[in-house]
Amino acid sequence: MRLRYPDTIRIVRLPCTGKVDVGYILRAFEKGADGVYVVGCMEGDCRYNRGNLRAKKRVAEARRILNIVGIGGERVQMFNLSSAEGPKFAQIALDMTEKIKAMGPNPVKLKKMKKAA
Amino acid sequence: MIVADRKPIEEIIEYIKDRDKVLIVGCNECVTVCEAGGKKEVGVLASALRMYFMNQGKEIKIDEVTLERQCDHEYLEEIRNIVDQYQAIVSLACGVGVQFMSEKYFKTQVYPGVNTCFMGVTEERGVWSERCQGCGQCILATTGGICPVSRCAKRLLNGPCGGSSKGMCEIGGEVPCAWQIIIDKLTALGRLDDYEKLAPLKDWSKERAGGPRKVVREDVRQ
Amino acid sequence: MNQTRAVKTDSKLEKILAAGHLAVTSECGPPRGSDSDLIKKKAELIKNHVDAINITDNQTSVTRLCSLASCIHLKLMGLEPVLQMVVRDRNRIAIQSDVLGAASFDIRNMLCLSGDHQRFGDSSQGQNVFDLDSMQLIQTVRRMRDEGKFLGGDEIKRPPKLFVGAAANPFADPFEIRVRRLAKKAAAGAEFIQTQCIYNLDRFEEWMKQVRDRGLHEKVYILAGLTPLKSAGMAKYMKNRVPGMDVPDDVVKRMSGVPKEKQPEEGIKICVESVQRLKELEGVAGFHIMAIEWEEKVPEIVEMGGLYPRPNPDAI
Repeated sequence: MRLRYPDTIRIVRLPCTGKVDVGYILRAFEKGADGVYVVGCMEGDCRYNRGNLRAKKRVAEARRILNIVGIGGERVQMFNLSSAEGPKFAQIALDMTEKIKAMGPNPVKLKKMKKAA
Repeated sequence: MIVADRKPIEEIIEYIKDRDKVLIVGCNECVTVCEAGGKKEVGVLASALRMYFMNQGKEIKIDEVTLERQCDHEYLEEIRNIVDQYQAIVSLACGVGVQFMSEKYFKTQVYPGVNTCFMGVTEERGVWSERCQGCGQCILATTGGICPVSRCAKRLLNGPCGGSSKGMCEIGGEVPCAWQIIIDKLTALGRLDDYEKLAPLKDWSKERAGGPRKVVREDVRQ
Repeated sequence: MNQTRAVKTDSKLEKILAAGHLAVTSECGPPRGSDSDLIKKKAELIKNHVDAINITDNQTSVTRLCSLASCIHLKLMGLEPVLQMVVRDRNRIAIQSDVLGAASFDIRNMLCLSGDHQRFGDSSQGQNVFDLDSMQLIQTVRRMRDEGKFLGGDEIKRPPKLFVGAAANPFADPFEIRVRRLAKKAAAGAEFIQTQCIYNLDRFEEWMKQVRDRGLHEKVYILAGLTPLKSAGMAKYMKNRVPGMDVPDDVVKRMSGVPKEKQPEEGIKICVESVQRLKELEGVAGFHIMAIEWEEKVPEIVEMGGLYPRPNPDAI
């Protein structure tokens, strides 16, 4: 299945979404990411039982903080799918890219660029 | 441990908004265990603040460091060489650490980054509850090892009051009635007769009421 | 009937109880303002039908005219007040001081309570005190009276002569210490007990049996607490919402079984029947009738319950 997905996406591989930390997500935005999404296994199918459920809560916490700092929590999202859903993975990548493109660039990155210029 | 809770980011923004250089200092002890002021929380707060101010078009240098403890001289000394570079410190230690820092670095403004709540336990991850108020004269020997000073909403030494209902306190919020637990424990120990011993009036001078307290041990003092 | 016990104060309530009469007390809540007429009017409604009138102390932690001042108003009317005092709002200095203040007006009865937690009232962000608990308050007042000493050990000139009471709830949790707790209050020095409102008479009788088994009814006068139900809604509220209240289903059913306009009458009827049944129960020394904002019904309950006329304490 040589599926294509947008090359603007950088994949960070983790052993389990349970490794996702609020700090990781915030750092990504601080370094200029326009959006972040976390792709975990289906709920109930975590090899470590609760990894993806923990990730879900951390994504929610990251959203809360991003709303406070003015970046907008909707730039982070979590998806759950099984390893057999390659096409869906590609579709999510497309959808997320469209969504973020519509929202425009990360405002903090813009300010930083202006400062540098 | 001393249990603290995170302060709203908005509150911390208000403290530091007029500063240019701020150091956020975490503590590796209690506040790390209760996930309020350890290295991770320092990272999240610092990142959030940097993004907030950048977005506001304000350049504030926000650095991070986490010390082993903030309630001992030796660890607080570790930042002596860098303190002068900052106009303010946000300490994510408990109120003890915030104050010790403020006393030590007298010319630096130190802000609290957490709300210090109580001495308590980790009931489960994400749930901490109170066990001790440091009353200075422990009475646990007479109450089955369960503390009515910290766990009864009325600190009744001869409880329970009439508000105990199905094991819960009248104040609500799923607070267990301390006296129900004491009675259950005395029953389990086969010592319910102890319940009928009247607890004497407490000497509250050993507690907050007596003013700031101090323990001095000449045998270990240098 | 109780056997005669030694009288230690000039309390009319104590005198009546000691003489073996069934005593009747009631209570009035002070107003949320400074108009003393409101408390006087309530007292006027019941004064001929009760031996003493409790004045509540910022009940449910809602700020009101103080119990002590209200008691003084009753005292000036020639009535017999029972000063209720909670330990929630006073440290040991204020407690002893207020006790002396009450004694200076020859207030002769006091009910020692913990008090509801302040979260229920109009000052939920306020500090609480709880320097002493209710047991220790009992001990304190007894020490002041019997030893003529302050807690600090100094002598009191003209010690307060108060007849000391406490509350008991036969229905509260944890159930296994209900009688033990009464024993503890008696040991602390309580001389009379006013119970929580009784709706479950079977369970109250069971409690009284255990009380008698330990001989506690001979150490303290037990006044059975009764509150007439105004409506089926009130019965349900008491059953479901008030901690430590035992309202059996058949009482709720009985109240709901009559039309709304007849429910107050039914509530009075239940109350009167309770008086009649508990009058015969060994160890019950009297009744504490708490008609909440319904004081005008107290005379009717007392009369129909066969507790009228009240004995003249001066003739005892």
